[in-house]
Amino acid sequence: MGLWIMAGVTFHEAARKKILWMALLAGVAFLTLFGTGMHFQVKDFNARTIPPFIRYQAISGMLQVGFYAVDLLAVVITVLTSVDTISGEINSGTIQAIATKPIPRWQVLIGKWTGFIGMAAAYVTVMFGGVVAVGYWIGGVVPQNPVRGALLIFLECILVLTVTFMSGTWFSTLTNGVIVLGLHGLAFIGGWIEQIGGFTHSPRLVTIGIISSLIMPSESVWRRAVFEMQSPVTRSLPFGPFSNASAPSLAMIGYAGVYLLVALALAVYHFHRRDL
Amino acid sequence: METPSRPWPWRTHSTNTRRRFLDQADSLAIQTQNLRKVYGSKVAVRNLSLAVRRGEIFGFLGPNGAGKSTSVKMLLGLVKPSGGRADVLGAPSSAVAVRRRIGFLPEDFRFYDWLTATELLELHGRLCGMERARVRDRVPVLLEMVGLGPHRGKRLREFSKGMLQRIGLAQALIHEPELIFLDEPTSGLDPMGRRLVRDVIRAQRERGATVFLNSHQLGEVEITCDQVAFIKNGEVVAGRDLRAQPDGEVRVLVRARKLSAEVIAGLATWSTSTHLDGERMSIAPRSTSDFPDILRHLIASGVDVYEFTPERLSLEDLFMKIMGEDRGL
Repeated sequence: MGLWIMAGVTFHEAARKKILWMALLAGVAFLTLFGTGMHFQVKDFNARTIPPFIRYQAISGMLQVGFYAVDLLAVVITVLTSVDTISGEINSGTIQAIATKPIPRWQVLIGKWTGFIGMAAAYVTVMFGGVVAVGYWIGGVVPQNPVRGALLIFLECILVLTVTFMSGTWFSTLTNGVIVLGLHGLAFIGGWIEQIGGFTHSPRLVTIGIISSLIMPSESVWRRAVFEMQSPVTRSLPFGPFSNASAPSLAMIGYAGVYLLVALALAVYHFHRRDL
Repeated sequence: METPSRPWPWRTHSTNTRRRFLDQADSLAIQTQNLRKVYGSKVAVRNLSLAVRRGEIFGFLGPNGAGKSTSVKMLLGLVKPSGGRADVLGAPSSAVAVRRRIGFLPEDFRFYDWLTATELLELHGRLCGMERARVRDRVPVLLEMVGLGPHRGKRLREFSKGMLQRIGLAQALIHEPELIFLDEPTSGLDPMGRRLVRDVIRAQRERGATVFLNSHQLGEVEITCDQVAFIKNGEVVAGRDLRAQPDGEVRVLVRARKLSAEVIAGLATWSTSTHLDGERMSIAPRSTSDFPDILRHLIASGVDVYEFTPERLSLEDLFMKIMGEDRGL
């Protein structure tokens, strides 16, 4: 079936172009750095007398930094690797030799999309698993609900991937990259505004944050992942880089899922209709 | 001189494929009616009505920007027509299933440059729905056919433009399609490559396939095509059967001695113009059926005839005549 051939080609391309290996190499470098950092943090704590409770919270905080880095890397790598796949092939004319084969266009698009999802899944699994392993073996801490956290980060990757695909059926590679990273940046800032609004009890700021999350829910999904993985104590902290002064509701996660499906449907619809 | 009543060369062959084609021989490979494509305010294809018979090598000619590529893309379902109708092999051009029987070499063929020549053909074979075993059998044959056998393991990024055209031609033929669209297949090719394309096209005709050749290499078209259509400003302005020699497009070159002014004046009965240059005379006969009368007139007048050669107007002359001074640049 054409869908699986295209998914395979996408994987093959990433492997052949060394993108996959470079991403994994960068990931291993990150995990090494992270492990070293946590190792010295634990060592410093051992040298001093710190109450175990505070110590556990501090190392858990470090773990959250690790997850944050994984999330950021996963989102950026997803966008960078997929930004050229539709628009670039339309622009170069490569798509013409594929779209004239006896395969419906939706299968070409969904096939490529599936290939990227597979790569994102592999990347999130390795990196997230690596951070959890470092936390467990070196720091002696375990996050709450790690599976939910990983799945939410994966959902965020699929979300930005789908928006990249959708935008790529309309715009050139560069414009597409600007749009997707711009939207993610908007969501990022909106998330902070919402948190500050929650902390300072400013409903208008919270509203601005929610509106930005409705425009692009990627950051909300990450903040929900943080919320799921935090210990109840950290959750109760009013404000901080990983606090949840205004944690996104499950409705927002549902919205992100619907957003993703609508973006995918639009991508298929427009790719099917457009001239190549 | 006359168009054969059933111009399908595969009639003499007897394999299954050819028999299958024979069954459909009376139908058309391509038929369009008032096909139209408008981009904003620009009309790319105005009113294209074409009929290409199965088994024909059809040349689609026109200056740059005349709408040739857009027309081909509409026939392949790459571009949605703004109006009109296009059928290929009896199915609407938007149908997906019919593409199993269609091959396409895009203009300036480009593909994933990280693939090797073999991998590219295998991928295209699979995309065409071929069985793995058949793909494995076909790939080496095609690589040899386009002269890329020694480069089978080389990646496309190391290929020259000519080599890319050759591998592009191979991918268009991997599934032995009944209808093949070639968009400027000889661009970027050296004389050997051009000859190869010509031979490949002929082999496809032998096999019974229809070839739709989009080109402005008039010399190539003249040698390979059976039929041509001229497109200008998005419209077919003329069509020609290149196997026929229609009246008005044939001149006769005569080399003779003892040509007197009376003899030449007497030719006016059959010709529209006569031009004499020493022993050489060029006659523009009204009809090709007048040739015997002209010859009889010359001999009866005591002229010594050494040569009597009908010459068809070259495709280039025809092209210029049809396109006029405005060449659509």
